[in-house]
Amino acid sequence: MQSNAALEYDYSLAKKFTFLTILFGFLGMLIGTIIAAQMAFPELNYLLGEYGTFSRLRPLHTNTVVFGFTVSAIFATWFYIGQRVLKVSMAESKFLMVVGNIQFWLYFVGALIATVSLLLGISSGKEYAQYEWWVDLVVVVIWVLWGVGIMGLIGIRREKALYISVWYFLACFLGIAMLYLFNNMSIPTYFATEGLGAITHSVSMYSGTNDALVQWWYGHNAVAFGFTVPIVGMIYYFLPKESGQAIYSYKLSLLSFWGLMFVYLWAGSHHLLWSTVPDWMQTMGSAFSVVLILPSWGSAINMLLTMKGEWNQLTENPLIKFMVLASTFYMLSTIEGPIQAIKSVNAIAHFTDWIPGHVHDGVLGWVTFMIMASLFHMAPRMFKREIYSRKLMETQFWLQTTAVVLYFTSMWIAGITQGMMWRAVDEYGNLMYSFIDTVNVLHPYYTIRALAGVMYLIGFIMFAYNMYKTMTSAKEITEEPQFRTPMA
Amino acid sequence: MFFHWLEKNPFFFASGISIVIAFAGLIEIVPNFAKAARPVVDLKPRTVLELAGKNVYIKDNCMSCHSQLIRPFKSETDRYGDYSLSGEYAFDRPFLWGSKRTGPDLHRVGNYRTTDWHENHMLNPAEIVPGSIMPAYKHQFTNLADIETAYAEAVTVKNAFHTPYGPEFKGTRAAWEAHKPKVLADAKAIADDMKNKDVKEAVARGEVPEIVALIAYLNSLK
Repeated sequence: MQSNAALEYDYSLAKKFTFLTILFGFLGMLIGTIIAAQMAFPELNYLLGEYGTFSRLRPLHTNTVVFGFTVSAIFATWFYIGQRVLKVSMAESKFLMVVGNIQFWLYFVGALIATVSLLLGISSGKEYAQYEWWVDLVVVVIWVLWGVGIMGLIGIRREKALYISVWYFLACFLGIAMLYLFNNMSIPTYFATEGLGAITHSVSMYSGTNDALVQWWYGHNAVAFGFTVPIVGMIYYFLPKESGQAIYSYKLSLLSFWGLMFVYLWAGSHHLLWSTVPDWMQTMGSAFSVVLILPSWGSAINMLLTMKGEWNQLTENPLIKFMVLASTFYMLSTIEGPIQAIKSVNAIAHFTDWIPGHVHDGVLGWVTFMIMASLFHMAPRMFKREIYSRKLMETQFWLQTTAVVLYFTSMWIAGITQGMMWRAVDEYGNLMYSFIDTVNVLHPYYTIRALAGVMYLIGFIMFAYNMYKTMTSAKEITEEPQFRTPMA
Repeated sequence: MFFHWLEKNPFFFASGISIVIAFAGLIEIVPNFAKAARPVVDLKPRTVLELAGKNVYIKDNCMSCHSQLIRPFKSETDRYGDYSLSGEYAFDRPFLWGSKRTGPDLHRVGNYRTTDWHENHMLNPAEIVPGSIMPAYKHQFTNLADIETAYAEAVTVKNAFHTPYGPEFKGTRAAWEAHKPKVLADAKAIADDMKNKDVKEAVARGEVPEIVALIAYLNSLK
């Protein structure tokens, strides 16, 4: 049932989640910059007593970026893209609007509670899954509400075939649901006794090596289904829209999608190389990580080839620049990961700063760039105003690109230096350095990283300001732009 | 084509995704569950005081910077001691291997650091290890450790996973009151080796500052 009448899409939820994306993005990056500075200048730890130490702030940084910034952006873009590719307005269903609004408010309140709980040190101890059981329950409800929203919208769609982006959002929903549930299985100790001790505390269902396996099956694939899958979903929608070009190859998108779905999950055990996990699992993790290059590069190459013959747009439209840079960093990050997953390389790289370096060229270069580009593309269409300043966008682009390069190069050098120093032996086979020697030598790199953090944060503030001015005082537009986003 | 059909049938599409992503987990994770949980010979579950210390370790997120996993390389065994075995972690919920070493590994720190060393180090790391970038954890000297929750945790893992705690571990308030003197005695043994007067007085009053529990835990890492 194709309808030719132009649909009035309801952007109220997309707008609300856009505000949250900017808010949490700023907070997450601010805390990130603070902890980066603390590693170079440890005196900064004592500014807020117990609540300002690196150790308390570090999970706050990762959780704000993952569950605050990225998840908000996933919701914001879904509530925008979903309606458009399914050719149905949210406003057509009161039920879906109510569900979406409950999702928003529960998410906002839940995020505040989660933040406070982490500051107080209430933690289940698992990286990227620190929330205790009662916060987990809130997370599950929010996720289910989103699922109802997705399925509901698909249920009342006018467009029969699901566009590529919908595949990715669906996979994001299903993947995170599965991973989160299994990894966070725990027993609240208060209810397992006659009400002894703190009601907030729980104990993991898994122990030792098993716990590690489940945790990194989750940890690696939370990256997969939070930082890769939905962001690929975004670029599959926004790049063709912004450039006016059709996706280069449908077959390639099919291959890379199902390839990614199948291969990604195996790779989690590469976080546990040289640990007490059985050897065959480590080998599987290694091997599948290398195979993972194929579906990852499949998507990235598909994006770059979409620009075939249209590379002049790169100079004319800064938004294309953001998206092409994002794809390029996706390629860099997904070749770097497999290299680190080779057992001999991992022996040096594991436990060092090369790993945060890898994470950040992915998150800063790929995820955040793509999210900012998406929001820039959405803003004129949601607020009916052109982008406030092209110049500001250009400046932001170069500032942040420089920042990412400084970040990953300093961390590569730091990580490899550290790894080599830990294993260095003299001619008699004795260790050459004590641990503290390896800490001292990293100071310049930590300083560069902190500087990169400041630069990236300033770029993000420029982005936020540009968005704010776009919403409030930029020139109004009467007609929706066909492709290229209008900007002053 | 099959995939075109899938794209028009969301239910089967979603089922397809679920099956494909569940596959790896089934093959990689499930088979290990029976095998890896076997404890090494003589492995004892942690005492309630040590468990409380482990919870302090988690609360202050020590695993952000310290690993508890010695890899089978000569450089690591020279530096930290014997490499880690799966069975040593059989009672660890959650596992605390960490993923980044900003500081050294701690899996066998109990073999080469003393109560006294930890006490000074937590107050002022840079004084004990010049150049250290570790924050001081002064608040652990005044905050009280939650020993009751640690006891509830011991009872929970005993009942749910057969962790070998003695028959006196029961989930009742009476059983906890009966066990409490044992925890306080363990705390006193640690505090006796410490210098801090406030800590000693608190322990004498029947309170357990976080630092005492944490040191008990660190000393148990061997």
